[in-house]
Amino acid sequence: MRAIPLLAVDDLSVEFRTRDGVVRALEHVSFTVGRGETVGIVGESGSGKSVTALAILGILHPSARVTSGHAVFGGLDLLTAGEDRLREYRGRELSMIFQNPRTALNPIRPVGRQIEDVLRRHANLARARVRDRAIALLRQVQIADPVRAYHAYPFELSGGMCQRVMIALAVACSPALLIADEPTTGLDVTTQAAILELIGDLAAQSRMAMILITHDLALVGERCDRIVVMHAGHVVEIAPTAELFAAPRHPYTARLIASTPRPGVTLADLRPIPGMVPDLRGALPPCRYRARCERALPACEEPPLPRLTLGAEHTVACRVPLRLEGSTLLPAPVRCDDTR
Amino acid sequence: MSRLLRHARHVIGENPVTLAAFGLLLVFVLLAIAGPALAPYDPLASDAAHKLEAPSRAHWFGTDQVGRDILSRVMTATRLDFAISLSAVALSFALGSLAGTCAGFFGGWTERIVSRIVDTIMAFPLFVLAMAIVAALGNTITNVVYATAIINLPFYARMARAETNVRREAGYVEAARLAGNVPARVVALHIFPNCLPPMMVQVSLNMGWAILNAAGLSFIGLGVRPPIPEWGIMVADGAAFMVSGEWWVALFPGLALMLAVFCFNLLGDALRDIIDPRRRI
Repeated sequence: MRAIPLLAVDDLSVEFRTRDGVVRALEHVSFTVGRGETVGIVGESGSGKSVTALAILGILHPSARVTSGHAVFGGLDLLTAGEDRLREYRGRELSMIFQNPRTALNPIRPVGRQIEDVLRRHANLARARVRDRAIALLRQVQIADPVRAYHAYPFELSGGMCQRVMIALAVACSPALLIADEPTTGLDVTTQAAILELIGDLAAQSRMAMILITHDLALVGERCDRIVVMHAGHVVEIAPTAELFAAPRHPYTARLIASTPRPGVTLADLRPIPGMVPDLRGALPPCRYRARCERALPACEEPPLPRLTLGAEHTVACRVPLRLEGSTLLPAPVRCDDTR
Repeated sequence: MSRLLRHARHVIGENPVTLAAFGLLLVFVLLAIAGPALAPYDPLASDAAHKLEAPSRAHWFGTDQVGRDILSRVMTATRLDFAISLSAVALSFALGSLAGTCAGFFGGWTERIVSRIVDTIMAFPLFVLAMAIVAALGNTITNVVYATAIINLPFYARMARAETNVRREAGYVEAARLAGNVPARVVALHIFPNCLPPMMVQVSLNMGWAILNAAGLSFIGLGVRPPIPEWGIMVADGAAFMVSGEWWVALFPGLALMLAVFCFNLLGDALRDIIDPRRRI
């Protein structure tokens, strides 16, 4: 029996009304995040990872509509809560690290002031102490010269430094849940490792739960307790990290793992996933992976999409999941001349 | 603050044209403050014995048709012309950018209403509109200020709307909302300051226009009335004497007007550079 989760997303569906029709970006997305737990959300571009995060935080684009579901956080349903309640939660209980730190910082405000803005809004600090706290935060995210960074404008800092400032902003009020949306895209590899290390350490220190959104499976493998695999707006598999890598049960997960670069594997051995994320407009089969799936059966055309529970914490949305020796069921390597 | 001053000095020193513009501005500001005290003669005192005299050692800019010293009148007029244009620009900047920012940020009906009002103002030839406003409200200096403010309003409203629209979905705006800020605070602290640098160029160009507009209205007999010294009226007075060879009556106030407009036009870019921290390298 598991304790009450910190965040429980249940049956979340989101659609976008566009000129070319309704895009059903998320359908029946459900997952939980426990206190202090790090959950990874992985999937290709367009699989709905970011939309999930934006929906939880209530900052979806005006053309988007939440058509069903709940996201219960500390007893409050974030999807139906009023804007005033949400404002109290945002920044203090819930915060987010954005993809591109350069655009997520106000270009004409010194970064120290931006950190102070958050502290003034939420933390109960005396005016004089706000500045000290901001500098302490900059020191905590391992910026070499925090006093200088305090006075600097974002354009005077490197990309990695900006991301550190973003992290300082996000953890300023020790939130219970931190959502990191591709926190290391656009940074070079050594910086990526350092940034992830930092986020991981901060999360561990303050028992902060974290949702790490990425398309890089290797990244979540190292950092996360559990992984949510998404494809075309569906959650296809949820499993503890070790179990997912050892025995993926959904064909898409297996493909995703097979396409991830890892030590001892050359580029030629990597197998790209055939096809593309389907167009989410119009009619789709219940299993949105069907068109790309080598295991598809006629039965896959029939609704509803089954959700199988294969253990205490392992669920998969597939009619014919891979058996435990699943990875051997993959077909012979596909030619990959057309990939990088 | 000292950082801003240092930066301002750097921007001004970087470009001789900017330096000249700031020098010119300084002269005008000095005249606006102390013009009446510095003027060698009483700008209103007529002297029938010395009317229409060419520039001389006693009267550097000559005298007009009733023998008033033109130099004194040009100097005294600076304060009035600057006061009219400065208050008009301040008024239209405040109202225009408020309306434009709201339109750009909230969209929907706010945007539709603001845009239609702006379009309505723009549908008239602006100078004619200003004339009509002054004629309708009454021929006073205050109404010249209002008229000038109204015809300049659309430029600020449109610009603020466009600039806000671009930034409405910027990462830092999203981040500010996520930090739990109310929309008004997001606009005031994060969107508007980022729109300010391009708006500053507009403010400066507009100062020039506003001076021209005020002078233009006085030229056709609206707003400022003789014998109060004002550049527009002085040019209007002098125009009659151009044909008979007394060029100085119109030339010197015209020159002052031209220099003032020129100065503000040059100032625009420098003002933007001072306000925008990204230029501080």
